[in-house]
Amino acid sequence: MTTTAEHEIGKARLRKEDARLITGRTRWTDNLTVPGMLHMAILRSPVAHATITRVDTSAARTSPGVLAVYAGADLADEQGSLPCAWPITPDMKAPPAPSLAVDRVNFAGEAVAVVIARTAYEAADAVNAIDVDYEDLPVVLDMRAALADGADLVHPDLGTNKSATWVFDSAAAGTGGDVEQAIADSEIVVRRTFRQQRLVPAFMEPRSILVDPTGPQLTMWSATQIPHILRLMLAMTLGVPEHKVRVIAPDVGGGFGGKLQVTPEEVITFLVARRLDRPVKYTESRSESVQAAHHGRDQIQELTLSARKDGTVTGLKVELLADMGAYLRLVTPGVPILGAFMFNAIYKFPAYHFACTNVFTNKTPTDAYRGAGRPEATFAIERMMDELAAELGVDPMEVRRRNWIRHEEFPFTTVCGLVYDSGNYEAATDKAMELFDYAGLRAEQARRREANDPVQLGLGISTFTEMCGLAPSRVLGSLSYGAGGWEHAAIRMLPTGKVEVVTGSSAHGQGHDTAWSQVVADQLGVPFEDIEIIHGDTMSSPKGMDTYGSRSLTVGAIAVVKAAGKVIDKAMPIAAHLLECSPDDLEFADGKFTVRGTESATSIQDIALAVFAAHDLPDGVEPSLDSEATYDPDNFSFPHGTHLCATEVDTETGAVRIRSYICVDDVGVVVNPLIVEGQVHGGLAQGIAQALFEEAIHDDAGTLTTATFADYLLPSAADLPSFTTDRTETPSTTNPLGVKGVGEAGTIASTPAVVNAVVDAIRHLGVNDVEMPCTPMRVWRAINGRSGDGTDNSTSAAGGGLGSISGGAQ
Amino acid sequence: MIPAAFDYVAPSTVEDAVRALAEAGEDAKVLAGGQSLLPVLRMRLAGPTVIVDLGRIAELRGVREDGDSLVIGAMTTHYDVQRDPLVTEHAALLAVTTNQVADPQVRHRGTFGGSLAHADPAGDLPAPALALDARFVIAGPNGRRTVTAADFFVDFFTTALAADEILVEVQVPKYTGWGAHYEKFNRVAQAWSIVAVAAAVRVEGGTFAEARVGLTNMAATPVRATAVEQALVGQPATAESVRAAAAHAAEGTHPTSDVNSDADFRRHLATVLTSRAVLAAAG
Repeated sequence: MTTTAEHEIGKARLRKEDARLITGRTRWTDNLTVPGMLHMAILRSPVAHATITRVDTSAARTSPGVLAVYAGADLADEQGSLPCAWPITPDMKAPPAPSLAVDRVNFAGEAVAVVIARTAYEAADAVNAIDVDYEDLPVVLDMRAALADGADLVHPDLGTNKSATWVFDSAAAGTGGDVEQAIADSEIVVRRTFRQQRLVPAFMEPRSILVDPTGPQLTMWSATQIPHILRLMLAMTLGVPEHKVRVIAPDVGGGFGGKLQVTPEEVITFLVARRLDRPVKYTESRSESVQAAHHGRDQIQELTLSARKDGTVTGLKVELLADMGAYLRLVTPGVPILGAFMFNAIYKFPAYHFACTNVFTNKTPTDAYRGAGRPEATFAIERMMDELAAELGVDPMEVRRRNWIRHEEFPFTTVCGLVYDSGNYEAATDKAMELFDYAGLRAEQARRREANDPVQLGLGISTFTEMCGLAPSRVLGSLSYGAGGWEHAAIRMLPTGKVEVVTGSSAHGQGHDTAWSQVVADQLGVPFEDIEIIHGDTMSSPKGMDTYGSRSLTVGAIAVVKAAGKVIDKAMPIAAHLLECSPDDLEFADGKFTVRGTESATSIQDIALAVFAAHDLPDGVEPSLDSEATYDPDNFSFPHGTHLCATEVDTETGAVRIRSYICVDDVGVVVNPLIVEGQVHGGLAQGIAQALFEEAIHDDAGTLTTATFADYLLPSAADLPSFTTDRTETPSTTNPLGVKGVGEAGTIASTPAVVNAVVDAIRHLGVNDVEMPCTPMRVWRAINGRSGDGTDNSTSAAGGGLGSISGGAQ
Repeated sequence: MIPAAFDYVAPSTVEDAVRALAEAGEDAKVLAGGQSLLPVLRMRLAGPTVIVDLGRIAELRGVREDGDSLVIGAMTTHYDVQRDPLVTEHAALLAVTTNQVADPQVRHRGTFGGSLAHADPAGDLPAPALALDARFVIAGPNGRRTVTAADFFVDFFTTALAADEILVEVQVPKYTGWGAHYEKFNRVAQAWSIVAVAAAVRVEGGTFAEARVGLTNMAATPVRATAVEQALVGQPATAESVRAAAAHAAEGTHPTSDVNSDADFRRHLATVLTSRAVLAAAG
């Protein structure tokens, strides 16, 4: 028996990759050693903006074990400029982006010089012996100040700190009305300004690179999300022939968008290894990672929402400032633009205007971070819907119901021109409200308010959707993105009936090995255990667009399905030949080709062996079942859900405790419920962390003061509630599996649910906003009407931060 | 995150450890549990030429009774302090405080004496040590001396320990039958305290007979909230009287401002947390 009796899709299988990932007994980049390998250490700028007047590497060169020391000037001729693949407007200003700073540093943490030594220890010793003189330049940190007339400039050559302004207007696009008219005609106008604080992606495995120039190709191993894009970009920016470069992403320990990048470190390691003709490895420390790997979010959002007294929203105007940091990295300018289409969320807004101005500052560049633009948009609109409800004195869920797209209205073309293929907001919401005991909690809230309880209860709602599964190539083209959004897959049928699946998706913790095996097991009717997933190496998985934007299942796995279909198509005439029937008489199910109405059958594995032997194939049929497919989606996928959060706010200390968190997500058909639940849990943790804990803070000199995990606060399980997750299942109609993305949903949905709950708990005390993260001090000040900010952004003197450490050492 | 090179010595007696420190001079560092020292070394914020590891000195570990006092060896881990029956019986405040130090991994490696000698203003153990009038036995080239907690904590990360001295043990008077609580306020579970309050009280017939209150991170050194203690004694153990006494908690403190809290908010927190700590200690 070679068939699988029950369907694999929908089965909560344990992940086949977890044993090696959890124990670490696998090929992380830093675990790799090749003969003759050298080690690199990087000297980074301690200042945010300065002219480099002198770099003295003489002492470092004579340090034990050192083979070479390079400053920016040494690599200037060959390092080129790091690529930005998303010029959002024709007049976008983009400064040159050297990997190793040559004559100026523009953010603290920028690479200034490198040491290559026999051991990592010797490299670390020598890097401290490099002497650099800096002449300070004025530091630009605040976006509004950066745009003012006469502002100090990050890049004086550009003449401005403004990179670009990108506008979408529904009246101009013909997809909706005129928002100014809507505001003028409205009965209610709600205006708010929200701040999306700067975040650190904080992936578990720090970035690591090993480049081996010996051998037929120049091979780079990198802890990256994007081996294929990286190879292409190395070729295009460094002028190295594409076919002479091989990039391998071995097992990669998380990314969250933080490894969706072509990094200075990758380019420097590449150049140095090539120059020395020796393998070179570089692995960053956590503090280097927090300082120099790209950051996320960092927007100021000004919102104007107009409505009628019955709660119907008539228009939404969004004006954003987005902090690029010092340079435009791979997709930096486009991140806020990904949010442009999501401010209208699940609602039928008739008029919409979006304008985003991208601003340079002397900070670490920003770029994709889990959700990339969509969490910011979802936060803004879900906070605004609560504010509208408060203005109207109506329950916040009721305001949402009055505006959302009803189930029978799908497919629905939004005010941005996107076509939402499917959704059932009513079903998800009804289920969530019941699980949450919304009415019971509202009653408790009323009792606590009545009793003036020091601990107040707040209920927060987030009814979200998002666009993921990046992306239809034509849409990306219309947004001036530098590549398409297709994905590639290939299936190799081995003579013994085992199956190798090659995918262009590049897993870094998502569980593709398991999910793809489940998909292929159902498609080909072979056992789950007989399937091997091959990915992340441009030699063995030669084509791909990699993994980000919740695209792997909705694009990558669909390519796998298409390739599997071709395998069956190729097997069919061979099966008919072996069974001595017409292909029209055959049916394929559960791995077996059966002559309709008979017991006569053969299996896909038997055919694989017959094809290998090739002794008895029909005339003109090639001896191979192997097939490949490249799939370009017609549309995004639009997962949605209703998230409900109950917080207890201690009014005496400002402390926020999440008492319960319920979410009902609709991610379409689920391949593996365990993986989906894991994605939702992790997403919730990161979204809640933005609401309550995480913030990258710079002091007035532009130094990141939260450069260790003692200061940059990541929540642990002890800080989070036990989540209640559930699902409704409305299949996507735009792909054959009916699946939608889930990688970012929890992060996108949860942040506004938490902040709405915090504000709801203390709204009766006169509070209508608390800036993120909602720290105890911010909450307490909001309650007590204190806006004064005596906070010192300099490094904490006590409490384990860098200040504590240096204090203890002296 | 690679430390600079250093020499490593691991003596097996206190005398050898002191000798090693004396020979190395100012460039030596003492390694106890390493929970604070190792990050400092790895970030190259310190570059000692010699590390003197106290981990092999058996005398420095364990808890014993000595008349009216408990004696806690400096190298006793937080975990061993926390679960020691003598500590629970006679110095419950230390047991409940060590239970809240960082996370389980740190509590299994970090040491009681190492934490006190590090003297981080946000560290948890100095405040209860001060509140309980602990005495610190210090070994140096000229033998041993004993200093009070009030004299031991000098400034930010600075104690009465000289470069060639080590902390041997801490003597804690017995507080048998006292109620105790450590109220720690931080933003995530394993973070340092923004403010914390250590309270031990003896209640007789519903009235506070004695009270000890120490504050964490309200100055460069731990602070004894003497005004609160005085205001409590003789008062009924009720929420109202505790709140009134706790209103004095910020008196005499000099809190700093940082990203988590400014000085004003710390002063406010001190009063709220003192009230909660004392009430919880009173049971």
